[in-house]
Amino acid sequence: MAQEFIKFGKNLVDTREFLAPGHNFCLGCGEVLAMRLVCKTLGEKVIIAMATGCDEVSSTPLPVTSWRVPWVHTLFENVGAEISGIEAGMKALMRKGRIPQRDIKFVGMAGDGGTMDIGLQALSGAIERGHNFLYLCWDNEAYMNTGIQRSSGTPYGASTTTAPAGKISVGQRTWKKNMVEIAAAHNIPYAATACPSYPFDLMNKVKKGAEIEGPAYIHILCPCPVGWRFPSNLTIEIGRLAVETGIFPLYEVENGRYKLNIDRPKLKPVEEYIKPQGRYRHLPQEELQKIQERVNEEYAKLKAKVAAFAA
Amino acid sequence: MSRRVALEGSHAVAEAVRMANVDVIASYPITPQTHIPERLAEMVANGELDAEYIPVESEHSAMSACVGAAAVGARAFNTTSGQGLELMHEVLYVASSMRYPTVMAICNRGLSAPLSVWADHSDAMAVRDTGWIQVFCQNNQEVFDMTLWAFRVGEDPRVLFPVMVYLDGFTLSHVIEPVNLPQQEEVDRFLPKLQYRFALNPDNPMTHGAFGPPDIYTEAKIAQEVAFRKSKEVLLQGWKEFGDIFGRYYYPVELYKAENAKTLLVLQGSLSETAKLVVDKRRESGEPVGLIYLRLWRPFPLHEFRQAVKDVDTLIIFDRCISFGGPGGPVCSEIRSALYDMERRPKVVGFVGGLGGRDVSVGDFEHVIDRGREVAKKGSEEIFETVGVRGEVVGIRG
Repeated sequence: MAQEFIKFGKNLVDTREFLAPGHNFCLGCGEVLAMRLVCKTLGEKVIIAMATGCDEVSSTPLPVTSWRVPWVHTLFENVGAEISGIEAGMKALMRKGRIPQRDIKFVGMAGDGGTMDIGLQALSGAIERGHNFLYLCWDNEAYMNTGIQRSSGTPYGASTTTAPAGKISVGQRTWKKNMVEIAAAHNIPYAATACPSYPFDLMNKVKKGAEIEGPAYIHILCPCPVGWRFPSNLTIEIGRLAVETGIFPLYEVENGRYKLNIDRPKLKPVEEYIKPQGRYRHLPQEELQKIQERVNEEYAKLKAKVAAFAA
Repeated sequence: MSRRVALEGSHAVAEAVRMANVDVIASYPITPQTHIPERLAEMVANGELDAEYIPVESEHSAMSACVGAAAVGARAFNTTSGQGLELMHEVLYVASSMRYPTVMAICNRGLSAPLSVWADHSDAMAVRDTGWIQVFCQNNQEVFDMTLWAFRVGEDPRVLFPVMVYLDGFTLSHVIEPVNLPQQEEVDRFLPKLQYRFALNPDNPMTHGAFGPPDIYTEAKIAQEVAFRKSKEVLLQGWKEFGDIFGRYYYPVELYKAENAKTLLVLQGSLSETAKLVVDKRRESGEPVGLIYLRLWRPFPLHEFRQAVKDVDTLIIFDRCISFGGPGGPVCSEIRSALYDMERRPKVVGFVGGLGGRDVSVGDFEHVIDRGREVAKKGSEEIFETVGVRGEVVGIRG
């Protein structure tokens, strides 16, 4: 494939597709939108290890594959360890002259369950050991592949099949685990949040994360029409609202320095984000208020970090 | 010219791994395996072995890292014991089913609960069906030889399966024995560099590990089984070539004083060396007793085993593991099944002992032989009998 670019403002975007069409992702899937842009950014000199999940089953039913770059899937919880082995193996082979020295990006990918729940240990180990890799979490805020079961990435008040709203339940009773802070707490060179609703921000972060020496972590919010229950033409809009309400701020932590990439003078009310989504339909007004207060608090904490540790 | 040195089993493994010039070591510490990763880490730290040592945070990750390293064509080594092997269970199936030829040394240990760090084959038996080539070692020379052989045969393009080398925890891993170490040049002649045709590489993008819908899963698994069974020819060839270079020849089913024997003991692991002392004694007094050492556990050497026992009256199988509620110890029930279709087959008597590091003495094997022959003659209502257990329980009924 010849490399050509399309220019969007000051952004150059590769015209080549490394994630081939014909896959089985759902209509309006935020994850595959992000994945396509990520692959364009990473280019062909890459090896990807992916966990079990929507992203894996939708791209590779034997005997076909959507991957035009080297790609491996083995299990659910081991991407951190597997990419460690891939990186170490290539490093050893290059050092020993068995294969030519070259720049290859090693990229691990998993969903919120594969990252924040079952795969957290392997990821933490890989980050702590300082392997040179980029890790991308596709966060659609529940186990969507198995049918919308709650994860530690599911936000408070969302109804899922294993934390359903009921007569005496608001649905998810816990606040979303802050995975970016957990990654950043390992003192890694680069951690960031992103969302396919902000494609150039996403691509720039992937480029930065891939070029940095050492572990880099990017947490990508991927709106899911099926699991969040909104019309599939609203994916981009919902992602924007997540950012504009401050529920999912776009920021980077580079060598401990915080930077907000989108910092609106005034946040939209969380209600604007929550109302279009069926997973929140049951929520009474006082619960909305509770979420609003929490978002205000978390956003203020983030702003304080930005002020204290400015990039 | 080889050098004769005193080595504990763990260090024999480490020497073989060093001479195999592995690229990646990923291992998590667990008793009694620790001396292996410790020695390898030292070798890497001193520049005696040019490898990436990944100090992983669990056995699950150890195996996953080896899978990753193997996927890019690196020679990877892992080592564990007991609980560690159980923790990596699901990854074992991945390594074999995705045809990643990695090698793992296992210092066999009992499984919790109660916690035991001592020799027992329960860990090995629990991973019997994971699609790995599996061999048991009797002494530290075999530990060195089998580790080297494991890389050679597992990586053969006709095989491409991972290999487990079993050595009994403590009784081999921590016991010092004389071991002949070959010259590096001889090792290089025996073990070519790994050329993995399916290595992940941007120049030739491949998809590893696509999922298997029902219309293709069965074919994938049958293809794996056919290839796995076929690998036995290469395993035997590997042992032949090993013998031609190093002077020690190995066989999947090894016979000890089995000529004209009417009774054969069947063992795996280091207990065979104790049992051989008893066989020697019996032979001296003219009794037709011998021993089968079942080295190759998977793929099961069906033909060789049947051939070895076709003229024997009694087989006495010694299991170092309980198959709870099963039709006998795991080795015993498997051998009964393997012999069932023979027109003339020996009586099979099962014993279980040596659990969790319990010593099995010469006296115990004297008892096993006498009692085994008695049971073969008179029959018994017991499925198997136990050895060296305090208290009333001797036989276990169905």
